[in-house]
Amino acid sequence: MFDMFEVIETNEMIDKDLLDVRTITIGISLLDCIDTDLNKLCDNIYRKITRAAKDLVKVGDDISRDFGVPIVNKRISVTPIALIGGSACKSVEDFVQIAKTLDKAARDTGVNFLGGYSAVVSKGITVADRLLMESIPQALSETDFVCSSVNLGSTKTGLNMDAVRLMGKIVKETAKITADKDSIGCAKLVVFCNAPDDNPFMAGAFHGVTEADTIINVGVSGPGVVRAALKQARDKDFEVLCETIKKTAFKITRVGQLVAREASKRLGIPFGIIDLSLAPTPSVGDSVAEILQEIGLERVGAPGTTAALALLNDQVKKGGVMASSYVGGLSGAFIPVSEDQGMIDAVNAGALTLEKLEAMTCVCSVGLDMIAIPGDTSEETIAGIIADEAAIGMINQKTTAVRVIPVIGKAEGEVVEFGGLLGYAPIMPVNNFSCERFVNRGGRIPAPIHSFKN
Amino acid sequence: MNKVIITVVGKDTVGIIARVCTYLAENKINILDISQTIVSGYFNMMMITDMENASVDFERIVDELNTLGDNIGVKIKAQKEEIFESMHRL
Repeated sequence: MFDMFEVIETNEMIDKDLLDVRTITIGISLLDCIDTDLNKLCDNIYRKITRAAKDLVKVGDDISRDFGVPIVNKRISVTPIALIGGSACKSVEDFVQIAKTLDKAARDTGVNFLGGYSAVVSKGITVADRLLMESIPQALSETDFVCSSVNLGSTKTGLNMDAVRLMGKIVKETAKITADKDSIGCAKLVVFCNAPDDNPFMAGAFHGVTEADTIINVGVSGPGVVRAALKQARDKDFEVLCETIKKTAFKITRVGQLVAREASKRLGIPFGIIDLSLAPTPSVGDSVAEILQEIGLERVGAPGTTAALALLNDQVKKGGVMASSYVGGLSGAFIPVSEDQGMIDAVNAGALTLEKLEAMTCVCSVGLDMIAIPGDTSEETIAGIIADEAAIGMINQKTTAVRVIPVIGKAEGEVVEFGGLLGYAPIMPVNNFSCERFVNRGGRIPAPIHSFKN
Repeated sequence: MNKVIITVVGKDTVGIIARVCTYLAENKINILDISQTIVSGYFNMMMITDMENASVDFERIVDELNTLGDNIGVKIKAQKEEIFESMHRL
């Protein structure tokens, strides 16, 4: 039996340090829904999703009550829709009809988000991929729950620069079409290199074709818990620091593992992976930036930030893999700006720039995330930002992503409010020297030499 | 056996244990172990209980203990034991 102090420790993590399970995500394959008739396809999709996920929200709430740990989100991810809609969709509007079907299914099952309005175009773009990508602005502006992602490169295939250029335009169009809501459409759109098939986090979740028919993936969080533990280790050497992070990550992941196992049992759906990401929220104390400050930085962005983040990311993984045999998704530390009060403070203090964030993405789990940029940033510049980030992922054999929000009508120094988990953000300056000739070349950047391992 | 951990945290006052135990007895919940301590002025109690033969369902117990806690001025939580087992035992 455990002793009282262990019980108190667990409950303090939950009550004081905001430990939560960020999401239970059901991955649903829609491959067996494919039909050449669009209405029939939409019927099949709606029926399959609402059948597979009908008990998700209730089971999530039950588990949360049984163990006394908050489960913040219940989500659905589906097979990339470009694959599913290929034979039925002949126009952008056809794809938007699928997006609306997904939105209705999400609403009726009561989930928070549904991801997978996606295309995987790491090497080439099919007719359906292009139609889907072109439909993204309209699809995101006419739905509430649908999230979209595009994977446009990998270490194995190189970078599809045609897709990079196109996504620069799509991000900008999405911003324009949702301009009346501070361009919030872009918060639901992420561009990837090396996207994983089993990521439970939004906006980038999709159910890859390597996956089973249905699967449960769980994303745990808990930056506040790590920060609280590190307070006890203040001014100790790196060995103590690393041990503390590892042990805390282990404990957090075990909670995720328990929730995943229970959800799998109660829903009768196999367990896939635990994603052990430190995912911040706008709540004070639930911040990755504050962990970095606790490690010893005055502000995030100060020299030493990249090293501190590298260490944090690695120790989180080392603690987590001991706690669960199936760790996947993005796993590591997220560094979104608008969702993390410490990051926002660092930007406002002039400590953190886009360029430093780019360096940080070389050693953390994802990429440039939830960054508001001036609304007049050109689509070529956005494509350039995507290309840089994707190149980091391709060369370093890791996932990288870009989720930037060019806020139409707003300029550097102004503030944009997204609300809820998405938070608010100061608009950050972008280097506006032109990369137009570079991104307009067309074609592909070949796969790096170290991808040839056969 | 359906082990549930009940924790009570708050300002110490007369009769906390008595009132929690009365509630448990009325609902046929068996207490296996009780420990109690004061940490920095705060009353902390942990009970290990068996709810196998409880006369009401778990959801109601959680809600009613919550309300009882509000009445006494403490925080009462009931959680299935697995969360502690998972976090603290290999």
